[in-house]
Amino acid sequence: MVTVIEKRPQRREFWEQATTEPAWLRWVLVAVALAFCGLFLVVPLVAVFAQALEKGWELYLASFTDADALTAIQLTLLVSAIAVPVNLVFGVAAAWAIAKFDFKGKNFLTTLVDLPFSVSPVVSGLIFVLLFGAQGWLGPWLSANDFKIIFAVPGIVLATVFVTFPFIARELIPLMQEQGTEQEETALVLGASGWQAFWRVTLPNIKWALLYGVILCNARAMGEFGAVSVVSGHIRGQTNTMPLHVEILYNEYNFVGAFAVASLLALLALVTLVLKSLVEWKSAHPTER
Amino acid sequence: MTLLAFKKHSVLPGFGLSLGYTVFYLSMIVLIPLSALFFKSATMGWTQFWTTVTDPRVVAAYQLTFGASLVAALINAVFGLLVAWVLVRYTFPGKRILDALVDLPFALPTAVAGIALTSLYAPNGWIGQYLDPLGIKVAFTPIGIVIALMFIGFPFVVRTVQPVLQDLELESEEAAACLGASRLQTFLTVILPTLIPSLLTGFTLAFARALGEYGSVVFISGNMPGRTEIASLLIITKLEQYDYAGATAIAVVMLVAAFVLLFAINLLQRWSSRFATR
Repeated sequence: MVTVIEKRPQRREFWEQATTEPAWLRWVLVAVALAFCGLFLVVPLVAVFAQALEKGWELYLASFTDADALTAIQLTLLVSAIAVPVNLVFGVAAAWAIAKFDFKGKNFLTTLVDLPFSVSPVVSGLIFVLLFGAQGWLGPWLSANDFKIIFAVPGIVLATVFVTFPFIARELIPLMQEQGTEQEETALVLGASGWQAFWRVTLPNIKWALLYGVILCNARAMGEFGAVSVVSGHIRGQTNTMPLHVEILYNEYNFVGAFAVASLLALLALVTLVLKSLVEWKSAHPTER
Repeated sequence: MTLLAFKKHSVLPGFGLSLGYTVFYLSMIVLIPLSALFFKSATMGWTQFWTTVTDPRVVAAYQLTFGASLVAALINAVFGLLVAWVLVRYTFPGKRILDALVDLPFALPTAVAGIALTSLYAPNGWIGQYLDPLGIKVAFTPIGIVIALMFIGFPFVVRTVQPVLQDLELESEEAAACLGASRLQTFLTVILPTLIPSLLTGFTLAFARALGEYGSVVFISGNMPGRTEIASLLIITKLEQYDYAGATAIAVVMLVAAFVLLFAINLLQRWSSRFATR
């Protein structure tokens, strides 16, 4: 009897050792991970705000009274205000078709929806130049009808829509596949119309994933650089989005101005991360409010 | 009847509308514009295409892009695994903040990351001033490119390894310990093999993302032709010279590489999902 009681703590120790590391190694690993993330994630983020405020608040705030900076902010808001809703409608339609029905070629279609993710931003811009540019397929017809797409706002919108294309669809498809079709079928049996089933049953079930997709889509739409850079033409005060304006100011050695506009985009990124964590928490605890 | 053979019967409405709209929108925004790239390169002829992509400046850009992306993805695989491990297995102060922060490179616009990293690693920057006396130049060299690519690829490895690590059963580790394995042996022979598919997936995703990256790299690379000029930048340079054919040829090679990687990622994910259900 005595021996058994003596062995108990040793046993627990054995199981602990079986599934985890000694304390010193745990702390070394945590320290290395924190140091890596600190150096490569936190320091660059802090640097943006530090550089923006280097010459004081007055100069920082003055950067936003500049007319070109204001038009860049307006254009960025306009572009994401078009790109996000358009891709939202598509995302819901694609997820409905792919997740709720079984048909031939479904996996292929899912791969195609993800396609823009694997196309590099510069190539995404290039394809629209090839289509609508002065030497492009539709270029002569467009210029004959006095309609500008490349080096104008429509081109920026098109490139942004392309780049942010899969964001909402890919958040919805796996979730809706997991949820199956039983609840909607029940609603239909109880006499609901198709639209009623969608609004009353499907939408409440997917709202957090939908919001999550919209947040990510918006962050990318506002921050896109490569694709927009190719199609925009960099006309100051006309076709410059915020990221492009950052580039111009930086190349002119106006570092305070560049980092001031960049700090707005960094704030947007931080808000995105906070919302994302909130949404993740909400979808993990669906009953709590 | 043809519709019945094409799709399984379902009582839910809206199949025709949603699928029709999906295919239409997909074609207008993605498929038709992308096909323009291949048609454009087809009009070039093989010899013109070949001379463009084998030009020494272009080859140097390809080598730099693939090399730097590979190095960055390898470093990310190591540190991504470490961070995923720490986040899943240990508790420590600031863990939730770290978890949220991992996604920062997804949320931060690439141009912002680019100017921030450049100002940090420039010879008079916060970090560069300590490296410069040691003779280590980061900004405007391939090392700077690797650092920018590490930044943008980092979340991919963490976010693909993390869920697999979370689902791992502790019983197999206990069994290994019962059979007399040391903790290191357990990690190498029991845990690591189940993580390999997801680790490879994360590595490939980070690599693919790095290949096409533009915004974060242009600022820190210095853009010297033949030395620190990446493929994406070369495409833009050709476009600015109105050399559409040249830009297209370079882009087609990058796009084919991206599609091969996409195919590999699909295979890898199928492989890792088999592991996950076990």
